[in-house]
Amino acid sequence: MQELKKKQNIFHYCKIEKNSVLLNDKLIISEDKSILFSEFSKILYQQIKLNYPKFFKMDDLSKLALITSEYLLTNYFKKTKKPNDISIILSNKSSSLNTDKEFQKTIDNKDNYFPSPSLFVYTLPNISIGEICIRHKFTGGNIFFISENFNSKLINEYASSIIKNRKNSIVLCGWVDFNKDDFKAFMYIASVNYFNKITTNYIDQLFK
Amino acid sequence: MSSIYISSNNIISSLGFNTKENIHKIKKGISGIKFHRNFGYMYEYTAKVENKILNEKFSKIGANKDYTKLEKMMILSLNDTISKSPFSITKDTALIISTTKGNIDMLGSKNSKLHSDRVYLTKLGEVVKKFFKFYNDPIIICNACVSGVLGITVAKKLIKNKNYKNAFVVAGDIVSNFTLSGFKSLQAISNKPCSPYSKNRNGISLGEAAVSVAISSKINSKNIAEIIGEGESNDANHISGPSRNGEGLFKSINKALNMACLSGNEIEYICAHGTATVYNDEMEAQAFNRLNMQDIPLNSLKGYFGHTLGAAGLLETIIATKSMNNNYLYKSYGFNKIGLTLPLNIIKKNQKKNLSIILKTASGFGGSNVAILIKKCKN
Repeated sequence: MQELKKKQNIFHYCKIEKNSVLLNDKLIISEDKSILFSEFSKILYQQIKLNYPKFFKMDDLSKLALITSEYLLTNYFKKTKKPNDISIILSNKSSSLNTDKEFQKTIDNKDNYFPSPSLFVYTLPNISIGEICIRHKFTGGNIFFISENFNSKLINEYASSIIKNRKNSIVLCGWVDFNKDDFKAFMYIASVNYFNKITTNYIDQLFK
Repeated sequence: MSSIYISSNNIISSLGFNTKENIHKIKKGISGIKFHRNFGYMYEYTAKVENKILNEKFSKIGANKDYTKLEKMMILSLNDTISKSPFSITKDTALIISTTKGNIDMLGSKNSKLHSDRVYLTKLGEVVKKFFKFYNDPIIICNACVSGVLGITVAKKLIKNKNYKNAFVVAGDIVSNFTLSGFKSLQAISNKPCSPYSKNRNGISLGEAAVSVAISSKINSKNIAEIIGEGESNDANHISGPSRNGEGLFKSINKALNMACLSGNEIEYICAHGTATVYNDEMEAQAFNRLNMQDIPLNSLKGYFGHTLGAAGLLETIIATKSMNNNYLYKSYGFNKIGLTLPLNIIKKNQKKNLSIILKTASGFGGSNVAILIKKCKN
């Protein structure tokens, strides 16, 4: 029990799925499962008092990524100063497929061909990382991995190689996936404090 | 500190089906960019891999009907690299795949006999893994136009971290209706073959390529380059436009130099990103001038291959490495009169130069910037 308590102190995460938000094991909000993300995301926007008009221009994947990082980072940096050199490693299965399909609709018919530039710029999954970087002025490195399932092993290995190089650096890690109306986000903070103490098994349990 | 080396490699592009063919064409000053009728109704300058030759070559190792164009290109490229590699595939070998849009042409194709789930990058990865019987699941990188260079830095990190002993990296993208329409909608497609850093430049020419390399920490006579430093930084400025003062590129080059314990004046050649959009090329000029690197010979290879998106960084790393090993600089194809507010030493004609340490940079949507430092191997 004490062991678990310790882990909770060093492992900070946020999970958003099935219209609910879990922050470090604590249920923050839970909405009716029938409401769509468009509505759910507005409720979250208001709850965290985001006041960031750019948010409404984003596609769903970027909205989800930004909101998840917002819950996690606001809580994490309550007491400590937020550094700029934060690296970000995110991953998912569906890349930017939802927005890809939307964009494809605008070019499918050559008699009704109006490709939308505002959709096209969101047809890359790492744009979601870019949005987080812009919001927080994070200038570290970033990478977006694609995998069938959440690959905590790869992400931890990659994060640890970054932290080995820069001992006091922090890496924002996780999964943010959007496929049709189905979505899931899970983000956590990797730092030098947590290696050797947090196993991928522990992370996988929380992800589930 | 253990070192990381690139050994066998292959390039499949509009200029040829192996590295040698590609280098030969570049040396002769031939570009792969041509005026094409694309998808029946779009007339643009693009650099394409010829389907007929691709299918002919692929038929020797697989059934054409079972694979998409990109899969054929990636498999054919990897097949060449693996066959010439100093190591073979074991349980300690990583497969790294870099792409921006993968089989995106599957979205718009209604009569393809292949299952539509091939549009998932995980499926593309599965196909490549299965063909070569890799033991490990592929590590797939989808990080805009820096994906190709990231293939190298990911391999380096994971090998140094002792997660794998070696890796095969393959990077590829095709010219699709999707990307062509998208860049057109952003008014980023040039109405002439692209001309990086030039006064009259007005956008990119899209290209397609699949490129692969073998990477390991073992010293071998087949090694062609050592990766001695890397740096990555986000502009944190705009999702589809580069930072005005080149902040992210500046930071990433500085990080790479620090890692390699080098100063900027020790770099003998820069193989830059040079997409030929007004903003990208100007941003690079800002960053290189801030680093006092404006006099170092520099080129963009986009004039030969077009912008091959997720393949570009890996493709250009191989060409730059060949340049270094041959002590020979290739002209920045398509360049005419400089069109930047600050000076850069653009390579105007092919020339001999002794080279031992060079810099490769890449920047992409989402604000990503990556720089790697490459050193000649003493074989």
